[in-house]
Amino acid sequence: MQKRIISKWGIVVLAALAGTSCKTVKEYQKSRINDSEMSLSSRAVEKTELSAESYREGSSGANGGKTGGGCGCN
Amino acid sequence: MKKLSLSVIGMYLMMAHAFSQSHTMDSTGYIPKKLKLDEVNLVTSYYDQTANKSAVMGGDPGPKGIADVTDFANGLDLKFVGWDNKQRKNTVAAGLGIDYHTAASQAYVDSNGTSKNNGTRIYPTLSWSRENDQKGTSFEMGAYYSAEHNYYHSFGLNGSIAKKNKTNGEFSLKMVGFFDRINMIYPAEFYPVDSLKNAPVSDSIVYITSASGRTEALVYNNGQLVGNTKGHKQETPTKPRNTLTASLSFTQIMSPRMQGAVEMDLVYQSGYLGLPFHRVFYNTGKDTIETLPSQRVKLPIGFRLNYFLGDNIIIRSYYRFYADSWGLFSNTFNLELPIKITPFVSISPFYRFYMQTAAKYFAPYQVHTEQEQYFTSNYELAAFSSSMFGAGIRLAPPRGVLMNSLRIFEIRYAHYSQTTALNANMISMNLVFK
Repeated sequence: MQKRIISKWGIVVLAALAGTSCKTVKEYQKSRINDSEMSLSSRAVEKTELSAESYREGSSGANGGKTGGGCGCN
Repeated sequence: MKKLSLSVIGMYLMMAHAFSQSHTMDSTGYIPKKLKLDEVNLVTSYYDQTANKSAVMGGDPGPKGIADVTDFANGLDLKFVGWDNKQRKNTVAAGLGIDYHTAASQAYVDSNGTSKNNGTRIYPTLSWSRENDQKGTSFEMGAYYSAEHNYYHSFGLNGSIAKKNKTNGEFSLKMVGFFDRINMIYPAEFYPVDSLKNAPVSDSIVYITSASGRTEALVYNNGQLVGNTKGHKQETPTKPRNTLTASLSFTQIMSPRMQGAVEMDLVYQSGYLGLPFHRVFYNTGKDTIETLPSQRVKLPIGFRLNYFLGDNIIIRSYYRFYADSWGLFSNTFNLELPIKITPFVSISPFYRFYMQTAAKYFAPYQVHTEQEQYFTSNYELAAFSSSMFGAGIRLAPPRGVLMNSLRIFEIRYAHYSQTTALNANMISMNLVFK
C-alpha cells in the first residue's frame, strides 16, 4: 500500500516536471517568479510549525528545517 | 520671461538627473558599501498541545501519560548587508531565539509527577554569506548554539556553496554538523538511591542528581543527614549525539510563472539517540529506560513546485518521501494557496497531510518483552498519520504597515492533529523591519 502511494505520487511529480519545458526566462519576465510568495523555501512565519513537525513526527529534513541539534523534545 | 525661467529650470533638472544616472551606472565609479543594518526580523509564536501516551511514561494511556505542552517561542534576527570592492554582496546575520515551555510529561521524570515541568531554551546563531552576481556563485558559513535547562546542549556548524547556471537553474550543496551533549537525567526510580540508604557512618558528602536534573550535595555527620550544601557542585553526566547532514538542492525556473526544486538530505546520526528519561514498560509491568541503536541514517527527498495562476493566486506545493535505517518511512504532502487581495495583501490557506510507518523498535505501553535488544514507546516513532490546516494573512505595502520601517506583517494560525490523539494549535507572527 505504502509503495503504491509512493510510486503514484512519484509519477505525478516526475510527469509535472518533465512535462514543463524549461524555456529561457528573461529578467523582464520574472515579475511573478520574483514575488516573495513564489519563494522555493519555507517562510520565517512557518518556523514553529516546522519545529513541531520535526519533534512530533519520526521524520525530518529536505524542507529547509533543521535535521538535528537542540531538543525541544518536551 | 516666466516660460524662459521654467525652461532653464527644467533643463537644469534634466541635466542633474542625467548626471546622477551616469554616475551610478558607471562601474568605474563603484563605491564599496560597509556593512549596514538592512533588516530586522522578529518571529514570535505560541504552541498549545494536548496529548497523552507520553514518552516519559512509556506510552501510558492513563492520566500519568499526559503529554500537554505549551511553548512560547521568540526569535530575533538582524541582517547586515554590504558590498566589497569586487562588487560582491556580503551578508552577516545574527540571531537569538528564546523559548519558554511547560510540559506535563516532564513532571513525571520523577514518578510522583513532582519534577519541574517547565524550562527555557536559548539558541543564538551567526552566519556570513557572500554572493557574486557576476559569477552567479555564493557561499555561506554559520554557527549555532542551543542550551536547554533540563535537556542538553548543542553546537552546530554549517557551510554551503551555490552556483547558478545560464538557464535559470541553481545547484547548491550544504554541509551541517550538530554536536550535542545530552544530560543523562534518568527517571527517579533509576537513581542509585542505595547510596542514601547505606549512608556512610562518618562525616561525608554524597552527591545526588534529582529528577529535574539538579545536583545537590547531602552532608552526613556520623551517618545522620544534617543538611544540603550549595557550595559543592557536580555536573550531571552527559553523553554525545552527533548529526552530520549533506544537503543537495537544485532549483529551476521553468517558465515566467513556474519554478520548482528538488532537495535531498543525507543524514548520519551517532551517539546516544534515545533520551534517558523516556521509560519503557515491559509486558511484565516492570519498567526500564528507552534503548535505541547508536546509529541512524536518514534519507529525505523533497520536491517543490510553485505556480503563479492568473494575477492573484499562487499555488505552492510540496511532497517529501523519507526513509531511515530504523525502518521508518513517511510521505508528506503540502499545499498552500496564497491569494492576493491586493498586490500587497494576501491570504494563504494551507493543508498538510503526513503519514508514517512505525520504526522497528517501537511498541506501545506494556508490549515490549525483556528479550528485545532495542525498545521504545515514544509515539514519535509509532505508525500514524497527521493533518494540519490553517491560514495566514500577509501585509507588505511599499510604505510600510502603520509605520514606514515595518515592511512586512504576517500572522498565521495552524491546527495540527495526529491519529495518536495528539492535537495542537499554533499561532505565529512575523514582523520584518527595514
